[in-house]
Amino acid sequence: MTVYVLRRLTAGLVLAVLVTMITFLLLSTTFDDVASSVLGNGATPQQVTAQKALMGLDRPVAIQYSDWLTHAVRGDLGASYFTSEPVRSALTARLGVTLSIVVVALLATSVISVALGVAAAARGGAVDRIAQGVAMVGYLVPSLLVAIALVYVLAIELHVFPATGYTDFGESPSRWASSIAIPVVALMMGGVASLTSQIRGAMIGELRKDYVRTLRTRGVPTRSIVLRHALRNAAGPALTVLSLEFIQMLGGALIIEQIFALPGFGQYAFNASLQGDVPIIMGISLFGVLLVVVVNLVVDLLNGWLNPKARTVN
Amino acid sequence: MSPSSTEARRRSPLRRLLADPQAVLSASLLVLVVLLGLLTPLLTDHGPNQVNLDAINAGVGEHGYLLGGDKSGRDIFARLLHSIDTSVVSALIGTSIALAIGITSGLVGGYFGRRTRAVTEWVFNLVMTFPGLLLLIILMPVTKGDYKATMVVFGVLLSPGIYRLVRNLVLGVKNELYVDAARVSGLPDRRILRRHVFTVVRGPVIIATAFLAGSSIAVQSGLAFLGVGSSTVPSFGAMISEGFTNLYEEPQQFLWPSLALGIITASLVLLGNALRDALEGGRPKPSRIVTATSYRPSATEVPSVAGLLTVEDLAIAYPTPTGELKEVVSGVTLSVAAGETLGLVGESGSGKTQTAFAALGVLPPEAVVTRGSIRLDGRELLGLSERELRAVRGTSIAYVPQEPMSNLDPSCTVGAQLVEGVRAATPMSGREARERVLALLARVGIPDPERTFRSYPHQISGGMAQRVLIAGAVAGRPLLLIADEPTTALDVTVQAEILDLLRDLQKDLNMAVLLVTHNFGVVADICGRVAVMREGTVVETGTTDDLFAAPRHPYTRKLLDSILDETALRTDPPTASAGALETETR
Repeated sequence: MTVYVLRRLTAGLVLAVLVTMITFLLLSTTFDDVASSVLGNGATPQQVTAQKALMGLDRPVAIQYSDWLTHAVRGDLGASYFTSEPVRSALTARLGVTLSIVVVALLATSVISVALGVAAAARGGAVDRIAQGVAMVGYLVPSLLVAIALVYVLAIELHVFPATGYTDFGESPSRWASSIAIPVVALMMGGVASLTSQIRGAMIGELRKDYVRTLRTRGVPTRSIVLRHALRNAAGPALTVLSLEFIQMLGGALIIEQIFALPGFGQYAFNASLQGDVPIIMGISLFGVLLVVVVNLVVDLLNGWLNPKARTVN
Repeated sequence: MSPSSTEARRRSPLRRLLADPQAVLSASLLVLVVLLGLLTPLLTDHGPNQVNLDAINAGVGEHGYLLGGDKSGRDIFARLLHSIDTSVVSALIGTSIALAIGITSGLVGGYFGRRTRAVTEWVFNLVMTFPGLLLLIILMPVTKGDYKATMVVFGVLLSPGIYRLVRNLVLGVKNELYVDAARVSGLPDRRILRRHVFTVVRGPVIIATAFLAGSSIAVQSGLAFLGVGSSTVPSFGAMISEGFTNLYEEPQQFLWPSLALGIITASLVLLGNALRDALEGGRPKPSRIVTATSYRPSATEVPSVAGLLTVEDLAIAYPTPTGELKEVVSGVTLSVAAGETLGLVGESGSGKTQTAFAALGVLPPEAVVTRGSIRLDGRELLGLSERELRAVRGTSIAYVPQEPMSNLDPSCTVGAQLVEGVRAATPMSGREARERVLALLARVGIPDPERTFRSYPHQISGGMAQRVLIAGAVAGRPLLLIADEPTTALDVTVQAEILDLLRDLQKDLNMAVLLVTHNFGVVADICGRVAVMREGTVVETGTTDDLFAAPRHPYTRKLLDSILDETALRTDPPTASAGALETETR
């Protein structure tokens, strides 16, 4: 078990190195622009070359990258070119905002999708039509539009929730909850759609299987057959969908944060990217990969717990 | 299969698509949108960035602006039309890049060896790991925010989905006999891929294309909304973003681009779904697990046959695609006396298993009981609710299935499944049930009950699994055990042991056994009486000795003839069943 976790973590680290390396390689083609944007408008080519040398951007890319990596391993992600703010502390401060909406959205997505998908598969009829309708709306309407519609109705017209802004959980849990409520709902739409369809389909498949009939002939209650047996078997593929949804939501959070003016990852990444602030971009790509690695590991462990076959293979 | 359903299947996918209003509507909307985009120069002479300062926030129709002006005084209608072009170009770039990369590598990864596949697999897993939108934003310095370059990157990010789709399809078709034959006959790989593999891949890829186009357009709009790229490129996203800042004063500025974007992406998704239905057939529908038969026989009918289980004039039908009912069991009458073993014999499709399922109350939900009666110990079972049936199951009537492995929940330990059954059928505590199960496992001949108790189904053999299922069936000391081909899926050597076990248990517990089988060897070995079924009815019933000595019905004679050459072997049960099995497969 420990060996397995360690092996997966190592693989994750290799992945992080690879992704940051590719990012750096791609960014290295734009170092001229970076230098001139630091200098501001009207810089001469000579000034740009001098500035590149000053920032160390004229060294071979491999050396620059390994330099970044050795610092990163020690927890030093450098400082912004423009504000000199240390990247690591700036990122961790904003990570809380992004993670709170993504994680809450992910949990809510799982709960709603499992409830809807299971009910649709086990009961059919009206519940099934509702589930399919929800999935349809989630697929059809871009989450961007959902978010804006929610702001318009709930915040501007009805004043139920604040339209924009973020309150820290530590400051006031209830205000925190209402500040992330609409963003979370907007972020969930696509995830609920695909996860509900996935669970519904898998449950329909499971409930037709032989072992379900055999359990019935032993007098096992339907509720237990659906929830303890069929759902457990249907959950494996759903978890994989959920981990892909997490990646999606991490991207979607960028747009959502912009709409609701939330001080998260998104705006920070966006501004850094506009300016070509290399240390910040590198820090964000590292954080992004590490998040994905951790979530995938958690999903794999859950999968092993659910599926005895996967467990013995590992 | 009825002729009408085969006909429906033979109709070409295109014609099915044209008959589907959802497909026609979404496709027409898309064609209309693309036409509007192409005809832009004819429809308006305003450029997308042409500013008329008088027309700032102009109302509908003012200053020659059909839908009014935005906050910079630009023509909203003209901007909408020009935004269509941006969306179409985005969809074309994103989709074609994703398809080109995904299909090529999917074909390569699926068709060629394991080592090639390991490489492609690894690369695409890497691509899938990264949050797409974040990457697109991070790479803004590289793409310079140009939407075409961004869509190229996005196409790469979309490619893993297509790769997986194609790879799975190719892996599936690769080992088909006709592809094998083509390879053996020396056709070059390239031609096999083109001729055979491509035809399989085509449909799913067409479906995926609709979804790819939809997400390309949505992502391009999302990025434009954030402000990635040049503000001079007209785009729904940019228009929505401008309308959003003006939402309080002029909500309709936000409405138009949202509506346009919504219609385009929704049409693509609907078209994709319609394509899927046309090319791959409908999606699965849920069916209630619990289906109390609505048919309830009148209480006045007195059974004409006596016994523990009496089935009278039972008829079961299934709906055909045209809506008519087709009978698979038509008027079965049989009875099983307490403590006896009745063999229910017949070829596959004769309705044996359906009759058994009806007695257990576990017919598939589509099945309809049209008439008849099933009584257990004098009590009518047809029409009972699931709750009432649950009280009967396990304690009065129990079931041993044909295929042992698929009848155990794969992610639940053997012990847990059995304990649950015991506790459902009896008022035992958890500890008592556990001891009962361990004792039962030992009783059915499992050498290390503790170990099997803790095992998962995939860790035990088929013969072992069948013993486990028998233990599960007899746990509540049922009056009647229904065993549906309990030895068919097992090795010949194990078959005899399982029959011996059933015989022993029957004697110990004084159960009646209804043994469904197609194998006269098994019948001769264990059954006291036989009922022969053919095409949904019982054609002959009698004691095993009488029936073997003097079969009355020609069908019984035919069935017996097919094994009688091996009568000499019948004294030796295992080989006899083997002989019969061979006859069956011949």
